[in-house]
Amino acid sequence: MRVSMDIELKDAPGQLVYALKPISEFKGNLVSVVHHHEKRTPRGTIPVQVVFETESLSISTLIKKLEELGVGVIRVNEEKYLERGTVVLIGHIVHTDLEDTIDTIDKTGYAEVVELHLSMPSINKSSSASFKLDAVGKKELRDAISLLRSIANKKDLVLIEPIESEIL
Amino acid sequence: MKRIKASIIGFGSVGQGVARVLLCKKEELSSMGLDITVVAVVDSKAAVIDQEGVDLAMVLERKGSEGIVGDERITGHDVIRNIEHDLVIETTPTNIDTGGVGLKNMLTAFSKKRHVVTSNKGPLALKYRELAALAERSGCAFRFEATVGGAMPLLSLIRDTLTGNDIISIEGIFNGTCNYILTRMMEEHATYELMLAEAQELGIAEKDPTYDVEGIDAACKLVILANAIFGMNATYKDVHVTGISRITPEALMLAEADNYVIKLIGEVSKNRIQVAPRLVPIDHPLAVGGTLNVASLQTDLAGPVVVVGRGAGSIETASAILSDIISIYKD
Repeated sequence: MRVSMDIELKDAPGQLVYALKPISEFKGNLVSVVHHHEKRTPRGTIPVQVVFETESLSISTLIKKLEELGVGVIRVNEEKYLERGTVVLIGHIVHTDLEDTIDTIDKTGYAEVVELHLSMPSINKSSSASFKLDAVGKKELRDAISLLRSIANKKDLVLIEPIESEIL
Repeated sequence: MKRIKASIIGFGSVGQGVARVLLCKKEELSSMGLDITVVAVVDSKAAVIDQEGVDLAMVLERKGSEGIVGDERITGHDVIRNIEHDLVIETTPTNIDTGGVGLKNMLTAFSKKRHVVTSNKGPLALKYRELAALAERSGCAFRFEATVGGAMPLLSLIRDTLTGNDIISIEGIFNGTCNYILTRMMEEHATYELMLAEAQELGIAEKDPTYDVEGIDAACKLVILANAIFGMNATYKDVHVTGISRITPEALMLAEADNYVIKLIGEVSKNRIQVAPRLVPIDHPLAVGGTLNVASLQTDLAGPVVVVGRGAGSIETASAILSDIISIYKD
């Protein structure tokens, strides 16, 4: 999960390190820190935008910790899914239980089918579909695609995956 | 001047291309100090032999008009065994089940200490290790640039230009017939069957297209790369293959809506050999159209390197054979 957070710090030396420490203790991997020293708030504090990635799915404990330390948390934006991938399936997609195909991905907890475009030219012909998958990370996207691969195998569907350098 | 006595074994489209190229490049070869004298030409029915040099123009003419190269009833294998020469240009058709006469020809050539340059994939896809080991024991050169991507330089690029680099993976389009069919299906929003028929009419696809469209041809090329570049001991049976015959025009249109094209992509690295239709971003270097072949190499020092070229054709394939011949003798 990627978290972007607007916090406010007192205008005193050492405050930034003080505020970032709990994030590192929370095993957050910092992506960027922007320190708006020139944009002092009416409260006399300095706004800072922090972006970090974490495997933890709940950040309420982190927010509580920051507030206890006197760091103002103004806005938090959580982005669960960082990676998006597209695959195409060909075959009897609907009659081999489309719901089951989607559910298998959605139940993983780390990936979801977020878009589905289906084309069914006529009753006896193969259908084609493009699936968009969201996943929490690159590895999870690969895992979700490999899960789809085994489903396609079982249901006699052709799975068309992106080329390697596209996923990397 | 270095005089090289050569035989051309197999006189179909590729063998004839070699004869034409040797004729038209005679002066350039001379200026490199090479005189390539073809002492025997053999097709599936007959042979023509002349220790002083076969008249290639006449052989080409006779093959065109009568469908036969000469009058001698002797096989390619007998020529390799009994006629004194240095270099065997092996251009018999690929047989992927047994290796066919090509395998026998190459093994005999090495046992007679003759160098081999070939465009025949079958023997290499089945018995690469055995052939390479025998060539080395006999002190013979064994060159097969034409087997992998026709005129697209790949093996020599890795061997000569990228020498010092580790090759991490190679992925690309290794079959021009499939590329043509998929490209046309996308352009015309037409079915696979219709565009296959068009390709057959144009001579791009064979009457029995299985070998191309089911990915077998591409798989053989990957096996050759796996063995020659990655030092594996793979055969055709180790490749996971999916062809293009189930691709629908709707699938291509759905892919296009997301800025992808669908290509039959071959992929080889130390732990994986696979041929399958894949989604390629429209602006990616692998998204080439028509009958072109393309390969993207991931290297440890140079990063990605991409080559594009014609994967088939009489003169194009002969170009790869000629450069293999020159590379053996120029030093």
